[in-house]
Amino acid sequence: MSESLLGQSVRRKEDYRFLTGSGTYTDDVTVPGQLYAFFLRSPHAHARIRAIDTAAAKAAPGVVAVYVGTDLQGKVNGLPCGWLITGIDGQPMKEPVHPPLAQGKVRHVGDQVAMIVAESLNQAKDASELIEVDYEVLPACVDPAQARAPGAPLVHDDVPDNTCYVWGLGDKAATDAAFAQAAHVTTLEYINNRLIPNAIEPRAAVAQYHRGDDSYTLHVTSQNPHVERLLMTAFVLGLPEHKVRVIAPDVGGGFGSKIFLYAEETVLTWAAGQIKRPIKWTAERSESFLADAHGRDHVTKAELALDKHGKFLALRVHTTAGLGAYLSTFASSVPTILYATLLAGQYTTPNIYCEVTSVFTHTAPVDAYRGAGRPEATYVVERIVETAAREMKIDPAEIRRRNFITQFPYQTPVALCYDIGNYEGTLSEAMRVADVPGFEVRRKEAEARGKLRGLGYSAYIEACGLAPSNIAGALGARAGLYEAGEVRVHPTGKVTVFTGSHSHGQGHETTFAQVVAQRLGMSVEDIDVVHGDTGRIAFGMGTYGSRSIAVGGAAIVRALDKVVAKGKKIAAHLLEAAEGDIEFENGEFTVAGTDKKVPFAQVALTAYVPHNYPLDKLEPGLNEMAFYDPTNFTFPAGCHICEVEIDRATGETRIVNFTAVDDFGKIINPMIVEGQVHGGLTQGIGQALLEACVYDKESGQLITGSMMDYALPRADDVPNFKVSTQETPCTHNPLGVKGCGEAGAIGAPAAVINAITAALWPLGVRDIPMPATPQTVWRALQTAPKARSGRA
Amino acid sequence: MYTFDYARPESLKDVATALRKQGEAKLLAGGQSLVQALRLRLAHPPALVDLQAIPELRGIAVANNVVSVGAMTRHAEVAASREIQRAIPALAKLAAGIGDRQVRNQGTIGGSLANADPGADYPAAVLGLGANIVTNKREIPADKFFLGLFETALKPGELIVRVDFPLPLRAGYAKFRNPASRFALVGVFVCDTTSGVRVAVTGAGPCVFRAKRMEKVLAKDFTPQAVEKIVLPAEGLNTDIHAQADYRAHLVTVMAQRAVEAAAKL
Repeated sequence: MSESLLGQSVRRKEDYRFLTGSGTYTDDVTVPGQLYAFFLRSPHAHARIRAIDTAAAKAAPGVVAVYVGTDLQGKVNGLPCGWLITGIDGQPMKEPVHPPLAQGKVRHVGDQVAMIVAESLNQAKDASELIEVDYEVLPACVDPAQARAPGAPLVHDDVPDNTCYVWGLGDKAATDAAFAQAAHVTTLEYINNRLIPNAIEPRAAVAQYHRGDDSYTLHVTSQNPHVERLLMTAFVLGLPEHKVRVIAPDVGGGFGSKIFLYAEETVLTWAAGQIKRPIKWTAERSESFLADAHGRDHVTKAELALDKHGKFLALRVHTTAGLGAYLSTFASSVPTILYATLLAGQYTTPNIYCEVTSVFTHTAPVDAYRGAGRPEATYVVERIVETAAREMKIDPAEIRRRNFITQFPYQTPVALCYDIGNYEGTLSEAMRVADVPGFEVRRKEAEARGKLRGLGYSAYIEACGLAPSNIAGALGARAGLYEAGEVRVHPTGKVTVFTGSHSHGQGHETTFAQVVAQRLGMSVEDIDVVHGDTGRIAFGMGTYGSRSIAVGGAAIVRALDKVVAKGKKIAAHLLEAAEGDIEFENGEFTVAGTDKKVPFAQVALTAYVPHNYPLDKLEPGLNEMAFYDPTNFTFPAGCHICEVEIDRATGETRIVNFTAVDDFGKIINPMIVEGQVHGGLTQGIGQALLEACVYDKESGQLITGSMMDYALPRADDVPNFKVSTQETPCTHNPLGVKGCGEAGAIGAPAAVINAITAALWPLGVRDIPMPATPQTVWRALQTAPKARSGRA
Repeated sequence: MYTFDYARPESLKDVATALRKQGEAKLLAGGQSLVQALRLRLAHPPALVDLQAIPELRGIAVANNVVSVGAMTRHAEVAASREIQRAIPALAKLAAGIGDRQVRNQGTIGGSLANADPGADYPAAVLGLGANIVTNKREIPADKFFLGLFETALKPGELIVRVDFPLPLRAGYAKFRNPASRFALVGVFVCDTTSGVRVAVTGAGPCVFRAKRMEKVLAKDFTPQAVEKIVLPAEGLNTDIHAQADYRAHLVTVMAQRAVEAAAKL
């Protein structure tokens, strides 16, 4: 038997295209007669629009149309939210209207006020400066912690206290009772810093209307074109779904920010139908900062109750989550379903209660960003566990071991049922790779150089492979979360795979081809993977939540099952044997126990040239599709260990070692997995050390509106990672896979801050907020109870 | 970008002609700040006069204890210059640490000085080394060149031709980078000469300035320890989301020590 293709670091098929500049991104799409759109955005965080005068803009050279909110009234609905959260009062969440162009009011800096369509982009921009908007500027609230304060300015007049919902999960009474029995209680309050995604490719769209058949084509930077189409047609534009084709071609990164249905492409599509000419819009980087959905933005108080041996008795968490000015597509689920359900972490904490108050603020919408709720949950759990260990003078690894879940399946007190894992395995391997026993020697050596050195852990878990549709539905999802896959075997035996997953950097074209090649006994070169086009792919829920291989890959496996089953029938006919005696391996159908065989390619040819074929019993052709709906989430987990050195003189933190040992179940392509981990870790380190979205508290202006002030991690901000994997195969999907796209971003922040606080603990510093910038750490050192003066 | 006229003269004489024709024209050097401002529509000059095709503005020469750097010399050229690495290694090192590779291949010393960004590196070297800025009209000593935030002594129609750096006994530069932009949050250039010590601070205030108290103590004792206890008053220093004034004041002390250490090593 040939060596399995699964587990091989096959070089990425798509990279030739990307590295030679041959990719086709949305902005590369240019169609005859194309116009350009520019959006006039609000310069104010909160203002009433008294009047808008577009006359001069409409008369400006090259201008074809100018649209404002009132032009859309009655024609274009508000943007929908895809997840209904029901509050602890039994009431549904508040869903204020999210107009694609502002109506009556603007609610954040960057809110869309008008769309100008012109023959050239520069003409559209010139015209935008001729639009006169009479604003009555109103006070703004940008801080979720202040959104419910008495007298706080309301984002929506019909949403009292700016509160979308107050939601809870877990047994509050049992949790409170457990706290009463505790030998020790650790309390932490933290802000999970608001982040701005910044994919390399900014959002873009090209909308076309086709007169001939009254249909539309939309090219758009989307992670899930079918969802985009469904939401846009059924909820916003009222167009028939079969008349709209959405294509998400090559997409340069998403990190969640391209899941959502945004105002821009919606208005663009509608306007293309009005004007009957194609229109292109490409965001500038400054627009991305202002108007892409941001991430995180939590204010949390967490308490952990322990017995005297360091066993966790209960965890109580109160979080206020900022949603921004409007409910983005999945905004409501991120700080609830994707957050509170992960608060058990890797531990047997028997009682957990989490209450989440989600509030509107005068800021850009907040939604899923790499990890989406799970980094926030991991931060809560792993920071408080490590802090409790230090307070109780128990080794941080030891306290984790005392509380690890070791029996599976394990039902947590917060709704999830973990199917499998080996937390001791990833912890001990990470400790070995990170050389934890040698740390004290390294710390002393660093001290001699005037550096503080610390080591911190993060033993994270995530729920991926979103999601069993029935469970998601019970939790409020307004969509299914299955995936579709189609395997088209051509007469020559080559294969095209159609997947509802979308690759925007993840390497699906290679990974999925490996899965198919392995099963059919072919080379990956003989298989092409098609994604991102509602016109070619039956259906799909797209890529997010590390779901592509676990759900999209499983759908392909199911389609392959059907291909092989049908192939056996054809082979049985050709070999004049009973179908039950046919085996398929290494690309050949054989009659069990004989040397009679027929290769896959011949079976494929026979299916399309059915001269010698059981036409009375079997349809010709070899083209199968399947929908796969998972029976459970997958639970990737692992251990990250971060080691930092802090320059006492400047407060600067350098990461000197970072170890990640992850359990992603079965791995198809280790090189791609490693790349995903590197990217995730870098974003997690970015959150911990560098990135902070800052709005001015008074004016509501976005201060970090460019790379000059928003600090994205660069290559030299991160160390050479030590990355390896362990394997407990997922028990409920056919590939045994769990997903790996978000793990780095989920685990890393807590590991970094735990390392910094470990270094500062002897000086009396108990916590450091993210991002731990040099100034932040320096100030902590200045006020540290036991700090001595540093040297340069 | 707004539309503008564009001229690419090939001599200083033609620059003068172009500027006479269009008095509001902006000079385009490496374009590392100006082009961004144009793209964001923050600047809308009626005309640009591009200085890239003028041979007289390029080049590096060392003679008579003076390092002359043409105004249109790129940062990368200064960083890679063997002559500068030998004559004033701290200057080559400073140039090698400006921005990123693309910025260094395009940005110029003249453009940086004329722009006088409060976080730019070159002003620290120019003021620290006591250079002379030679324009098409006159010579301006560094001490008289930097007037304030993005403000210099350059008059309309005046452009930098070259910068003359006198050779120091020793010099060093240390910078603490803004984590986002990587401009100098604080940069300190120290320079020991036969006529005394000069300490120039960039990034900390609205404009590069000299730290005279540090100069005085370093003149007596050119060691990191000498400046360890000298902390500038925070008043008047910059405050932003990355660093408040007191932190910047502290960093001036730390960077001064490291600059002295670097100078001593050379």
